[in-house]
Amino acid sequence: MDNLFVYCEVEDGVVADVSLELLTKGRSLANELKCQLEAVIIGAGLKDIEKQVIPYGADVVHIIDDPRLAPYTTAPHASVLIKLFQEEKPQIALMGATPIGRDLGPRVSSALHSGLTADCTSLEIGDHEDKKAGKTYKNLLYQIRPAFGGNIIAWIINPDCRPQMATVREGVMRKQIINDNYPSKVNHLEVSKYVSDTDFAVQIIERHLEKRKINIKGATIVVSGGYGVGSKENFKLLYELADLLGAEVGASRAAVDAGYADHERQIGQTGITVRPKLYIACGISGQVQHRAGMEESAQIISINTDPDAPINSLADYVITGDISEIIPKMIKYYKQNTK
Amino acid sequence: MKGLRIIVLAKQVPDTRNVGKDAMKADGTVNRAVLPAIFNPEDLNALELALRVKDEVPGTTVTILTMGPGRAAEIIREGLYRGADGGILLTDRAFAGSDTLATSYALCQAIKEMGKFDLIVAGRQAIDGDTAQVGPQVAEKLGINQVTYVEAILQVEKSGIKVRRRLDNGVETVKAPLPLLLTVNSSAPDCRSRNAKLLMKYKHARTVSERQNAAEDYLYLYDSRPFLNIHEMTVNEIQSLPDQLGLTGSPTKVKRIENVILQAKDAKRLTAADEGINELMKELIESHVIG
Repeated sequence: MDNLFVYCEVEDGVVADVSLELLTKGRSLANELKCQLEAVIIGAGLKDIEKQVIPYGADVVHIIDDPRLAPYTTAPHASVLIKLFQEEKPQIALMGATPIGRDLGPRVSSALHSGLTADCTSLEIGDHEDKKAGKTYKNLLYQIRPAFGGNIIAWIINPDCRPQMATVREGVMRKQIINDNYPSKVNHLEVSKYVSDTDFAVQIIERHLEKRKINIKGATIVVSGGYGVGSKENFKLLYELADLLGAEVGASRAAVDAGYADHERQIGQTGITVRPKLYIACGISGQVQHRAGMEESAQIISINTDPDAPINSLADYVITGDISEIIPKMIKYYKQNTK
Repeated sequence: MKGLRIIVLAKQVPDTRNVGKDAMKADGTVNRAVLPAIFNPEDLNALELALRVKDEVPGTTVTILTMGPGRAAEIIREGLYRGADGGILLTDRAFAGSDTLATSYALCQAIKEMGKFDLIVAGRQAIDGDTAQVGPQVAEKLGINQVTYVEAILQVEKSGIKVRRRLDNGVETVKAPLPLLLTVNSSAPDCRSRNAKLLMKYKHARTVSERQNAAEDYLYLYDSRPFLNIHEMTVNEIQSLPDQLGLTGSPTKVKRIENVILQAKDAKRLTAADEGINELMKELIESHVIG
């Protein structure tokens, strides 16, 4: 009772990075709350799967293994979590803000009438005083995220309903192994107790998954373009610079929405979070949601025709001018100085 | 096969996509009043998918349901101009302060008053909240199946619907029986534009409240042309428990909001001048940031 649960996604026998990141965060929150960290893994062909999550500090690993449970469909996974949470009554439940988490989270939270906050950029434990009701709540989960499309950060809480649920995007938290031999209990759940035949009305007929072609999350240098780059054509300049520097190319949501770059390159609250040693922002204005995805970069260069672009306040170097002029010069002087 | 009864869930939202300098107040906060109110983009994708089913399956009706303040009637008109058959505005002070759960509860209760439906289509998420929660929560409350991240409806049959989902790393083809709720991505086709004939027909469509507030000469039209009446549903027209609505019915509460006021760092400022760029590259190479 009253423990912290993390729903772990599995694809092709591998537990997703975002789930491992949440286990790490969950471990630290559980330490603070002095409760247990419990992992839930639902799927097929899950032999030895617990070995992937135990090192992150899970006190209990609940596993439910059945060929019908993979690939993911809503009803059976929701059914498992709803019944398990009704039995175990967790105080907090976390899952990745992935297409699965964003399909599953609201379904489960609706059934349990619990609050769910999506795309949190930070999670903390704290107290809350409801002056009107004269109630004090201790050790609530602060679910922190930028909100309302504007420059606002919101602290969201679920004072009364349980579990307090939150989804977090990949890369926002960092994963860290605690102990390869962490003392863990494995609990194999009996399928028939948690799912029923009616849960399988939705059928997957075909699936085509592409392995990620690029690894922006792990890049040490990122050259990123915004709406200011102006066109898909102009993005070629960024690719040229990135090639030279051994960097990856990223993009803001505005640039992706405008078709200048592919969605898989999107950096920001609704995209990837990066922490490179150098982030070169080209024609990016720097709204809160974009900043959330790159503000922890060690060094930031902002190239923008607007000297007052919001991102400039984050930058170590602000170059005011046009990228069509500046990037070729950067390329020229890089080559010159590295002969 | 018989036509489908489709409900499109839509939301009127502030246009948060381009919050430029003009929308920023002197104290560094956002001036929401300045942002234009629009039909949530992914809800337009949802409307388009619904209209395509209407094109394919004769007898299909498409009704827009939106929960919002009085002026949200604007998006119902927008939907009518593009081909929807009707719309309902769910509006009441009792809904104020609703989080996604309380919103989905109210929508669910409204849908229960709307009679039998086959398909509900909603945008995946709204650009102000970005939660993607209301769609699945409405499906759960109605006790129907959901398929999210849909970008195309491939086949409509009595036994069910076949859709294509666009996920982060690939596509899926999924089949599900009716009744069903779909949430639709922006990778789905753009919504068709306004139809000139429909614009003329529905130009004066209004809710009862809008008619009361406007000094219009067209009041006689609303008796002779029933299609100009945009139905308004308040808390009196739905069955609901008061403690499930509005702020009271919202498990999530906003504890605190911080305006992010940008403090300028001590940055090195440069222009496109060659000397500056050369120095910059030298500096970065020397400190081993690059090279």
